[in-house]
This record gives sequence, structure tokens and C-alpha cells, in this order.
Amino acid sequence: MMPTEHAVVSDRLRVVRGGRNALDDFTATVRAGCVTGLLGPNGSGKSTLMRSIVGVQVIASGALSVLDLPAGSPRLRAQIGYMTQAPSVYGDLTVEENLLYFARVLGVPRRRVDEVVEEVHLTAEQGRPVDRLSGGQRARVSLAAALIGQPRLLALDEPTVGLDPVLRKELWELFHTIAGGGATVLVSSHVMDEARHCDELLLLHEGRQLASGSPQELRERTGADDLEDGFLRLIEEART
Amino acid sequence: MSLKAVGATALRVFAQLRRDPRTVALLMLVPVGLITLLKYMFVDEPALFDRIGTPLLGLFPFVTMFLITSITMLRERTTGTLERLMAMPMAKLDLLAGYGIAFGAVAAVQATLVSVVAFGLLGLDSSGPRWVVVLLAVSNAILGMAFGLFLSAFARTEFQAVQFMPAFVLPQILLCGLIVPRDQMARALEIAAAFLPLTYAYDALQRVGQDIFDARLAFDVTIVLAATGAALALGAATLRRRTP
Repeated sequence: MMPTEHAVVSDRLRVVRGGRNALDDFTATVRAGCVTGLLGPNGSGKSTLMRSIVGVQVIASGALSVLDLPAGSPRLRAQIGYMTQAPSVYGDLTVEENLLYFARVLGVPRRRVDEVVEEVHLTAEQGRPVDRLSGGQRARVSLAAALIGQPRLLALDEPTVGLDPVLRKELWELFHTIAGGGATVLVSSHVMDEARHCDELLLLHEGRQLASGSPQELRERTGADDLEDGFLRLIEEART
Repeated sequence: MSLKAVGATALRVFAQLRRDPRTVALLMLVPVGLITLLKYMFVDEPALFDRIGTPLLGLFPFVTMFLITSITMLRERTTGTLERLMAMPMAKLDLLAGYGIAFGAVAAVQATLVSVVAFGLLGLDSSGPRWVVVLLAVSNAILGMAFGLFLSAFARTEFQAVQFMPAFVLPQILLCGLIVPRDQMARALEIAAAFLPLTYAYDALQRVGQDIFDARLAFDVTIVLAATGAALALGAATLRRRTP
């Protein structure tokens, strides 16, 4: 059975970005030890929610607790792994140099560098400067940097964008292995097709939670076999 | 503060420099080239070369570190690495101190090299101890770094950051007294110069060049250090952990 404890609890969260409410009265929970998919169209507030959870977003009102502490607490910083949408690594450094830096900042042993490089399938590229890698490889360096501290909560903003199907499948397996070890994995995607890989889903629309539940529950609720059709139906309903 | 994070950052900046040997070569050779140029510009006026040579030695690191830091920090801000670091157990001061150590060391090598060439090969004459000139050069490098860090917050692109050099550094070099003694300038400019940190950096170098160790020198150095502290504090304030 899944643990029922919540890794993230958001209560009427409101975040203002660029003069509009990026998150508006957002109430939701994320179960610990699961892979939770954060899905929704572009601009629905997925990245803003990720940024709020990892503590780099100014919050206008409402409450957000992460691993039983208020989001942004200094004590959380060593327990959260964050991968931004753009690969936030040093392009002029090699894969190994990048990861060694983050390992040193977090105070984790050097062998973690080799371990995460293997997990994201970049062993052959370890000594190459990140600037010379392909887009998908660069994204995986960024993912490896998020994994290196063995965080209790992983916030991954579109980690599988631009990857081939084989690699995507392997990464989803990796996310489940990590969640199996007790960590909470939060993955955002605007590709509805990825929803089927998740234990739990949170569907966002215009800064609000549109639906939540397991893929099976959502299929039953919408009466659609295909999750994408189901989501489109829910979004249509929300608009009318 | 965490020594781990400070050391890691300094090592990372060194690694970045090692990956960019052309920049390192430019950092080391451009000041040497310029001071050589100056020597032969004033080939018939060695006294003038002595008068402006020593202060110029100590001001090179200010200019280069200003430029390097503003571009590097801008990159940290725009590529998202700063956001990643701010989500990690890293204090803003850790990041700044890491940069300070790495760039301070580069400035020390740069200032030593140009001093060896100027004093040893080009016959530049300084009455004061040469190691003090190098020391002042390193403190000016940290001053330049602090200003570069602060001003990088106001640039959106690298083009803009580069423009801060003529906008903020050049006026200070023109007004500090290197080219024309300050009491010969229009009164308004003389007053303006009193508010610019490079004026005090220049005065300190000039005094050491003439072997004058007095209270005024102590005052000049204090002002430079205070300006460095203020710019670092302002720079740290622009590194936001939480952004809108």
C-alpha cells in the first residue's frame, strides 16, 4: 500500500507572476512516496507550483507546507532536488565537473557523481563539456544534478521533454525506483500521454486544480479510455 | 556560512577558467601589453611613466575583474544556475566568498605578473615597496568584483553588462586624478571625484609609489575597503532567493 502521509500540502495558495494570478486559491496535496504527475496546458501554473515548493517563488497568500515544514525553510534545502525547465548547469564545464560541484555543495561523497551519471545514462559523456552535448543530454545532466543529493522530494519540471521513447521509458522506471525508496517524485509535463506513468495525477488549469487522483480513477470519472481525451473533457467543462 | 560551499564554488570557478585558456591568457597578457605600450609612449619622459605607471598597475585588476564578474554573474542569473543554487543549502555569502577567493587569486597572479614585467623589465620606478602595490591591486580587484556583481543585477543581456564598463568604470578612471590632477578640474568634477571609490584607490597607489605611508593612506585604504563591503552587501541584496 502507498503511504498516506502528505509530502506537500497547499492551502488556498495564491502566487502572482507578471501581474496575473499564476496560482489562484490552489488547494491540493501530494502523497509521499509516489510519483505524482503535474499536468496541464502551457501557462496553467505547473512551473510556478514547482518553484513555490522548492522555495524560490514569492508567495502572495495562502499556506504551502513541504515535508511538514513551511515551503522555503532553510532546513528543506538539503532535502529537495530541483530540476528547472531549462538545463541549469554550467555549459563550459564537463558533466563530471558540474556534478562534482553540486556534490561538494551538498556535501555528498564523490562516488554519487558516478552513480547519478549512470542513472541518467551519461557515462560515455562524463568528460565532455555540457555545451557540446545534445539538448536531451543536457537535460539529463540537469536531472543528475537534482538527483545527486538523494533528496526526499524531487521536483522535476518537464524532465522528459526532447528525449527519445527508450530513454523516456527508462527515466520513468528510474522515477518509480526512487519513489519505491520512499522519496516523493513530482514530475510536470504538458504531454498528457505521460500521465499513464504516474501513480497520482494533479491536473492544473489556469492556476487552479482541475482534478486529482490515480490515472484509473480519472479514467473512470471522465468516462474516457484515453487520459488525454478525459483531460480535454475536464478542461472543456471548466471553460463552460 | 558553509566552508564546504565556499570551497566548492572557488574550485568550480577555477575549473571554468581552466576550460577557457584564451580568457586566462588575455587576463594575464593584456595588462602586460598595455604597460609596455605606456613605457614606449613616454619613452622620452620616464618621470611621467613612473607617475602614472604604478597607479595604472594597481587599477588593471579593478577593470578586468569588474567585467569578468558582471558577465559571470549575469550568466548565473540567466541560465538558471543561480536559481538552482538558491534552492540548495548555499548561503548568498558562500557564493560571493567563493567568487572572491577565485577571482582574488587570479588578480594576485595578474598583478604580480604585470609588476614583475613593469618593475623588472621596463624599468618602472616606484619608491615604495612593490609588494604593497600588488596588495593594493588585489584589493582593487575585489572592489571591481563587488561592483561587477552589483551592477550585473541591472543588465538583462551580456551586451548591456559590457556597456557598464564605459558607463561606470571609465568616468572613474578619468576623474580619479590619473590623467589630470583633480585640483585642476572643474570644481564640480573635483567634488564628484570625492564620491567615487576609484579616486581613493588611485590616491593609495600614488602614495605607495612615492613611499608616503601616512594617515591619509590609511584613510584611502579604509574607504576602498568600505566601498567594497558596501558594494558586496548591495550585490548580495540583488541575489534573491525568492523571486516574483
